[in-house]
Amino acid sequence: MTATGANSLRNGPDDHGRFGLYGGRFVAETLMPLILDLEAAYRKAQVDPEFQAELRDLGEHYTGRPSPLYFAERLTRHLGGAKVYFKREELNHTGSHKLNNCVGQILLAQRMGKTRIIAETGAGQHGVATATVCARFGLPCTVFMGATDVKRQWPNVLRMKMLGAEVRPVTAGAGTLKDAMNEALRDWVTNVETTYYLIGTAAGPHPYPEMVRNFQSVIGEEIKLQHQQAEGRLPDAVVACVGGGSNAIGAFHAFLDDPSVKLYGAEAGGHGIEVENGHAASMTGGRPGVLHGNRTYLLQDADGQILEGHSISAGLDYPGVGPEHSFLHDTRRVTYVPITDNEALEAFQLCTRLEGIIPALESAHAIAEVLKLAPTMGKDETIVLCLSGRGDKDVESVGRYLGLIE
Amino acid sequence: MTTRIPARFAACAAANRPALVTFVMAGDPDLATAQAILAALPAAGADIIELGMPFSDPMADGPGIQLAGQRALAAGQTLKKTLAMVAEFRKGDDATPIVLMGYYNPIYIFGVEAFIAAARQAGVDGLIVVDLPPEEDEELCIPALAAGLNFIRLTTPTTDDRRLPAVLKNTSGFVYYVSMTGITGATIKSHAAVGEAVKRIKSHTDLPVAVGFGIKTAEDAALIGRDADGVVVGTALCNALGDSLVDGKPTPGTVSAVTGLVASSPRGSGGQRPELRGASLPLAGGLSHRALSARGHRCHMRWANPAARP
Repeated sequence: MTATGANSLRNGPDDHGRFGLYGGRFVAETLMPLILDLEAAYRKAQVDPEFQAELRDLGEHYTGRPSPLYFAERLTRHLGGAKVYFKREELNHTGSHKLNNCVGQILLAQRMGKTRIIAETGAGQHGVATATVCARFGLPCTVFMGATDVKRQWPNVLRMKMLGAEVRPVTAGAGTLKDAMNEALRDWVTNVETTYYLIGTAAGPHPYPEMVRNFQSVIGEEIKLQHQQAEGRLPDAVVACVGGGSNAIGAFHAFLDDPSVKLYGAEAGGHGIEVENGHAASMTGGRPGVLHGNRTYLLQDADGQILEGHSISAGLDYPGVGPEHSFLHDTRRVTYVPITDNEALEAFQLCTRLEGIIPALESAHAIAEVLKLAPTMGKDETIVLCLSGRGDKDVESVGRYLGLIE
Repeated sequence: MTTRIPARFAACAAANRPALVTFVMAGDPDLATAQAILAALPAAGADIIELGMPFSDPMADGPGIQLAGQRALAAGQTLKKTLAMVAEFRKGDDATPIVLMGYYNPIYIFGVEAFIAAARQAGVDGLIVVDLPPEEDEELCIPALAAGLNFIRLTTPTTDDRRLPAVLKNTSGFVYYVSMTGITGATIKSHAAVGEAVKRIKSHTDLPVAVGFGIKTAEDAALIGRDADGVVVGTALCNALGDSLVDGKPTPGTVSAVTGLVASSPRGSGGQRPELRGASLPLAGGLSHRALSARGHRCHMRWANPAARP
């Protein structure tokens, strides 16, 4: 990691796994020893040149890094303001940024001698990436997925099965990501001796938020370098979608100490932030609480019961967010904005038609923010959008919304 | 300041039997029925009552307790109502310890200081908060201890000797040993291993050790009770309650479905440690004559089970 100054925003988390008020290790005692082991193993790997070399090698030859920084010329012209660049994370193997993290964690799981991998998934992108590395490293894999998401992300369910993973639909609650995570935690508590929980986002108990962020930080580091090559300077804005927020923190982290770079996180505004339990914008519409191992902004009622939330995008349909985002929200370093289902759908279509790139519905939320932002900026300014995933998985559900399918 | 918990464990120890700790979910299936169950538990044989604070995302619980929490929440249960249930219970019983058990978020949202004050006021003796390990003691454990509440910690098969002292450090009242790596209501794989673990914990602390998660039958309770100072029954009671409902609504048999099961468990049936079978009836402190005589009848029936013998 890069050395940082005392006032840096990049110092977190502290020794207790806190980013200010947020983060921590709010887990059952059964898991505590394992989480401490994981942290020790990760600290060792961080300074082990062999681990880092292996990570780089897989990143280059398996994931396909670096991903391109693409100048979206037609979209830029259409918007008439800032130059828009796409960081093409959707071109990674498996079609999203998720593999960056999975490659890192599977190497760690191997080092810890774990023989079974479990994961939760919303849109199925993390499930597919986990099933992929499990196939590549020959480890059995069980993916927990909400029953609602199994239906709306069917192509990814098939991919996981073909890769040899067992997909367990979770019917509790609304059958979405939160419920999948509960069930994964229950499995982990039960099989803690043999099993590694490969969390897909920068949330959960310490050290997961830090570890996942670090594995994803390659996104922002590459943006910095590539933008330097393209424009000879730093970008003026970086935009990413935020569910749990792993692609966003990965894109933002390299820029946290560069105040000239404005950072925007697009949350799932669902039916609209004013609709009770009709969105999944935990920072815009929630308040701090404790769930899934960390303190963070959560959608909850007056009694501290967690709400289900809603988003058209399965990957953003989660009532919480990674703790570092909560910290960056409070410190106002990052501006988090809600994007409605309809705005995301419009952005999805515009990007597809103008650039010939079908984005994931999750990424379409970030594109919608770019559509608002770019026209307000000068033609000499630039925006980098983290195009976190490709939309093949969404064509059916979007087709249904648009009335293209019965 | 001392709570009702040490006195109750001392009384059970004097009677040479493990304490029967019963878990029920506050507000399940509705507030009135849950209040009636709570009131009836001591007479049925509960030595200590764990009252569940329902939470939308009970990560450490199996289906039985998950459903109990969902029923309670659907009926409108809140933490405020749960505290009021304890206050109401205390009007008729000032001896049976009550431990609130649940997850941290509802307490955090209630406000830690306000919660501790309200819990003391209502007559709560201790807290078990599943997702607060020693690493997060500053959150609730230390202020709760300072206010005179017991903070009962879970220890598990993964808590090794190196970690155990840290886990025991701020534990009070009793130690709750989780019988397996798993969720509530799962199956205990080895009773012998549980016994060994209890002995190991007892070598580190003078606190009583109660064992929970996975105690489903009188046999389980009897075997575990040979080494442990208490046995916790929870999922079985929640399931019995659930089975008594018709279309999700309580029936005339709902309260007795829970109390009947409590009464038929070893403690409720007057159960002594198996090796003392046939000796005189235990005289546990603070229990009514009605309760004792009710238990006396069932005593030999249950313990005659050969599987439960030493």
